[in-house]
Amino acid sequence: MQGRTIVWTLLFVLGGLFLVLRATTGAGMAKVYVKPVPTVVGDVSWTDHELATPGEYAVATAADPNQTDIVLSFWRTFGVWVAALFTLAIFSFLYSDNTLYKIAESIVIGVSAAYWMVVGFWDVIVPNLMGKLVPNMVKAWAMPGLKEDAEYLYLIPLVLGVMLLCRLGPKSVSWWSRWPLAFFIGVFCGLRLTHYLHGNFLNQIRNAIVSLVIVDNGSFDFWDSLRSVILVGGVLCGIVYFFFSFEHKGIVGRTAKVGIWVLMITFGAGFGYTVMGRIALLAIRLEFIFDDWLWLIDPTNQRIGV
Amino acid sequence: MYEFLKNLDRRWIFMLMLLAVAIPILFELTFPEKPTGLAQAVFDEIEALDPGDKVLMAWDFDPASEGELGPMATAFTYHCATKGLKLYYMSLWPVGPQMVDDNIANVIKTDFPDLVYGVDYVNLGYKSGNEAVIKVIITDIRGLYTTDAKGTSIRDIPMMQGIENIQQMDLIINISAGYAGTTEWVLFAVTPYPDIRLVAGVTGVQAPLLYPYIPEQLPGLLGAIKGAAEYEKLVMDAYGGDIPPERKNKYLKGKLRMGPQLIAHVLIIVLIIVANLVYFTGKRRGEVS
Repeated sequence: MQGRTIVWTLLFVLGGLFLVLRATTGAGMAKVYVKPVPTVVGDVSWTDHELATPGEYAVATAADPNQTDIVLSFWRTFGVWVAALFTLAIFSFLYSDNTLYKIAESIVIGVSAAYWMVVGFWDVIVPNLMGKLVPNMVKAWAMPGLKEDAEYLYLIPLVLGVMLLCRLGPKSVSWWSRWPLAFFIGVFCGLRLTHYLHGNFLNQIRNAIVSLVIVDNGSFDFWDSLRSVILVGGVLCGIVYFFFSFEHKGIVGRTAKVGIWVLMITFGAGFGYTVMGRIALLAIRLEFIFDDWLWLIDPTNQRIGV
Repeated sequence: MYEFLKNLDRRWIFMLMLLAVAIPILFELTFPEKPTGLAQAVFDEIEALDPGDKVLMAWDFDPASEGELGPMATAFTYHCATKGLKLYYMSLWPVGPQMVDDNIANVIKTDFPDLVYGVDYVNLGYKSGNEAVIKVIITDIRGLYTTDAKGTSIRDIPMMQGIENIQQMDLIINISAGYAGTTEWVLFAVTPYPDIRLVAGVTGVQAPLLYPYIPEQLPGLLGAIKGAAEYEKLVMDAYGGDIPPERKNKYLKGKLRMGPQLIAHVLIIVLIIVANLVYFTGKRRGEVS
């Protein structure tokens, strides 16, 4: 047996044993409880399920063992298990590439794409297109709370949308998709050009024009003045580094060198922040595994009395 | 030692990092926080509002960045609800409305049960279009939002009466995990309409890119989990007295997550020093060109 196979087998056996022990002894693990809440919108009503803590379930059951105000949710519990096992499957890539990782990765990509499509349909196409063109039908079929009048101007986005889908059709009609694409590109170019020019160029120039000597209540403020000098100096040196019309020699070369230092410090700050972000992501996954799945910790005191 | 470190399998480093993050989480290790000027600026912007003022809560993030941004979202909602502000939630990210629902369930429904949906807070849901959404709602919110996230017509939502556009908001609080996010709010809302006040909480990756907007276009910014922990401290120091101790940790998640940060950062600094020592030793021996 290869070393890698032994490692994997040992991990699976020990992990499985631990999970069986954890799930079958004491308070158990990974159980999700919900409170059924009746909801009414217009003439339609249904039951929502709000999350309840295991502690609330324990209190309610102790008071009345037959209560149904807070119940175990099988599907949400199943969801916690799926999320935990997928987290471990993705982490397994750090040891080496493997089938479990590939399965988890493919499912995540597939589910994300499908989710975007469904959300786009229900949050945009139904209320903002169909709801404007055929409001009565949408009200009867999907959105009982809708109170809009028909606006036939929305036929234009409908036609553009259909033309965009022509790309999937035969060659004789596929070129139709270029017209809506040209429209979108034109609109977004115009929007971004003006706003980026205004916000990122003109306003940044204005933001860099600051007083180098700060006087606060009649006295010289050394630290604020130093900050202004560093700000203006850093901007000028950074710009000089990207000024390639002159050879970087003499005063220009020395200023450009300071500009490189400014850029390096900026990249360092960016790297530090990125590391912090990535560690936070790891921390939340481990928190999820230890808290929501294994019930090893309880930082938010959700299981008091369990 | 040099040979051992030179040929060290990187999986041992992964293991060290796992332990550096896991052990502080298991032992709930925390350290004191001292708020910096930017966190104080965010806190002051919200403090300057009066009860009943309108705040647009633009939650532009998803579960992938919940670890960094979730604690900020919780603290923002708690702070605004404590001050009696009217909360208008919306999102430019498809999974944003679920983040809003989590926030409402964890904070408003548990600690502010007297607040009424539609009167004190509303979830307007997600709209696709990124910056184009901002461009529209800055002048005409009803052009895009005909219903809230549950499908109720906004004509039937009391707190939407008289709201024509987001220029009527007294403050915009944006939590951003990327595009579309704080940059778009600055460029498409604050820059053309300088009277709009915006504060933001963002992921670490974005924070350095947003510093040039401070303070003119962006008066306050919470960067990553550190910013969240600082802001939590300010909010809890000011308004945390009434929260029962068993529920307080819910509002200190940023602080709890700074424990693993510290240990992991120390590990990274040690690894960078060790890697440089190995590199220069190799260079001195002529093994590295």
